[in-house]
Amino acid sequence: MLKLPIYLDNNATTPMDPRVLEAMLPYFTDHFGNAASRNHPFGWQAEEAVDYAREQIAQLINCDPKEIIFTSGATESDNLAIKGVYEMYAQKGNHIITATTEHKAVLDTCKHLEKLGARVTYLQVNEEGLISLEELEAAMTPQTILVTIMYGNNEIGVLQDIRAISAIAKKHGALFFTDATQAVGKVPVDVIADGIDLMAFSGHKMYGPKGIGALYVRRKNPRVKVTAQMDGGGHERGMRSGTLNVPGIVGLGKACELARTDMEADTARISAMRDRLERELLTLEESYVNGSREHRLPHVTNISFKYVEGEGLMMGVKDLAVSSGSACTSASLEPSYVLKALGLSDDLAHSSLRFGLSRFTTDEQIDYAIGHVKEAVTKLREMSPLWEMFKEGIDLNSIEWAEH
Amino acid sequence: MTPISNPASVYFDNAATTPLDPEVLDAMLPFMREHFGNPSSIHGHGRKVRAAIENARKTIAHFLNAAPAEISFTSGGTEADNYAAFGSIRTLGLKHAVTSKLEHHAVLHTLEALAKQGEIELSFVRHDAQGRLDLAHLDELLGTHTRSFVSLMHGNNEIGNLNDIEAISGICRTHGAIFHTDTVQTMGHYRHDVRQLGNHFLVGSAHKFHGPKGVGFLFCNSEVQVQPLIHGGAQERNVRAGTENVYGIVGLAKALEIAYRDMDQHHQHIQALKERFIARLRAEIDDVQFNGLSAEADQSLYTVLNVSLPPSDMNEMLLFNLDINHISASGGSACTSGSNIGSHVLSALGCDPNRGAIRFSMSKYNTADEVDYAVAQLAKMYRKVPA
Repeated sequence: MLKLPIYLDNNATTPMDPRVLEAMLPYFTDHFGNAASRNHPFGWQAEEAVDYAREQIAQLINCDPKEIIFTSGATESDNLAIKGVYEMYAQKGNHIITATTEHKAVLDTCKHLEKLGARVTYLQVNEEGLISLEELEAAMTPQTILVTIMYGNNEIGVLQDIRAISAIAKKHGALFFTDATQAVGKVPVDVIADGIDLMAFSGHKMYGPKGIGALYVRRKNPRVKVTAQMDGGGHERGMRSGTLNVPGIVGLGKACELARTDMEADTARISAMRDRLERELLTLEESYVNGSREHRLPHVTNISFKYVEGEGLMMGVKDLAVSSGSACTSASLEPSYVLKALGLSDDLAHSSLRFGLSRFTTDEQIDYAIGHVKEAVTKLREMSPLWEMFKEGIDLNSIEWAEH
Repeated sequence: MTPISNPASVYFDNAATTPLDPEVLDAMLPFMREHFGNPSSIHGHGRKVRAAIENARKTIAHFLNAAPAEISFTSGGTEADNYAAFGSIRTLGLKHAVTSKLEHHAVLHTLEALAKQGEIELSFVRHDAQGRLDLAHLDELLGTHTRSFVSLMHGNNEIGNLNDIEAISGICRTHGAIFHTDTVQTMGHYRHDVRQLGNHFLVGSAHKFHGPKGVGFLFCNSEVQVQPLIHGGAQERNVRAGTENVYGIVGLAKALEIAYRDMDQHHQHIQALKERFIARLRAEIDDVQFNGLSAEADQSLYTVLNVSLPPSDMNEMLLFNLDINHISASGGSACTSGSNIGSHVLSALGCDPNRGAIRFSMSKYNTADEVDYAVAQLAKMYRKVPA
């Protein structure tokens, strides 16, 4: 028996893997110590668990365990990386390069820094969602201290050419930060091979707990430093104070370990389901995949259904938990700025759905989703005068609508 | 590699962190299993957890006599303290701040950093050798500066001193100063009424009252509006971006609910343990003293006892010796990560460095037998060697 609604919003958050919860449980009530307590076993146990998690994480992204700074989540990591670099490298310059399709955590932080005197370049993306390496190169100046480009986009799943981007940043002496919240645990991320200087990610996007994230900060070639954004006990090598969230950290560590061991098998299964879902939904006339299909996360597809009204579409697919924009902005009715950046009209942006699959998604759920979406779109179009006009061969773009 | 197992032991370090109450864990578990949605999602999975967060906010507001909109969730006490300080100083353009040398590092280092960057002038309220604040000096400092930010804690985490925050709040009101009080050690242990207190900020950290780590909150009086510390999303009405730590928030509210429900009973129980501790130590060890006001029942936290032991060769090995006897306590604050430097609070009080200092901090889970056991171990160490 299929349980409804079916959860296909795994870019917003993922269910926690039971194996992760299992690993966390002892650290709530039994091994509850403060990892900063130096004088007794409760503290040592907690510290040991934190160190072990650091190793699990380091193995997944190929870094040194000492290069991991724990935070409350990716948003805090994004803030710490960008503001921390801006303050630490103020002597060198004030220029930051990012892209218009970044997550709000990056964009809002950049906008905040602009008020404090930063100069920020926002690179456009092409209809695939990719930035132009030539434009990046042209935007670099001697004052450029940071290039911040996300690894995989949260709305369309597009994977940027991280190695080429980091090489350009390095060539011009700037640091490279990537918000890899959607990518870590889903695709192989190797901070050395990818040339990453700083990287943000979080637990709850990869079957780990909410309220925990990390920032990778490179220690060699070059040695990167960030100014702390929260002062206190000097935890996390002085870069992030506050009592460590031990169960959360244990959970993040376990999630990383599982990602490393299960990624290949998970990806094969999930991408096959994603491809089938996409193939079936594209049999609907006038439906389009948003963003690059070639350079993309394996579990995401974002599809626009033309001539379908957005709110009606969300109501029509009520058996699915999906998103019509980024989860972090979906409470508002603004069209997605990411889809608009690809060149979509407001209408087409509103009539798009993001499907995010997980390791817990089943073939049966995908079968149901395919039928459900097809039915909803077909029904909505039957009621749509625009669809009728389109079917009659009228070019809707040629019509001048009168105010009335 | 698996973490080492937990020995049978006596835990007297509850000011560092407390064990999670199993009742709290039970409240959190459904949100770790079936209700896993992102509260910003508009579908059912999201709405379910959004409702849980808003209920938690209401619960906390209710206990503090605050409006739900005045409560913002954070990753803990440190973030909340930072947020109060940075937020009000930068948003309101305050140029002067007052604190004391006895504050927690989350306040002290934050204000010192702002002073170092030249954003504020920082003054310290004088205190006596027991850590009593000189409120006349506070009044004078506020009188000689235009609008100030004042951050003075309610209960001291090391020596347990309770400050008269109502009096402080009154002085701040008179001078139009913004008053933040770090209530991390008193939240869940004492009742707070923000309307009666009239302060601008106070904070809570769940893991100090049997809630989960990684979550806390800031009360921000609706009289003041402050800029966010963390940008990037409309969560927490734009003041704190980032996907909410749903189970943490649920656990925080549950822990506070239990704390308020059982407060009188626990207060009585722990107070009795503390009195027993003091009486037994005085009976067993010559020249035992107590740092700060921690032996004064009405002027200190009932959860914290800071013991000053006579000069002895044992002092260096004090915590080590307790540890081999399975007693967990603290020499200073546990919040200074990775450092072995002495307590800044005891230094500020001018405590004799030749005397040993140890902090016992108690919770509802401690027993009279544990107190007796700890005193017996200390008595063994400090027993006079017969000539």
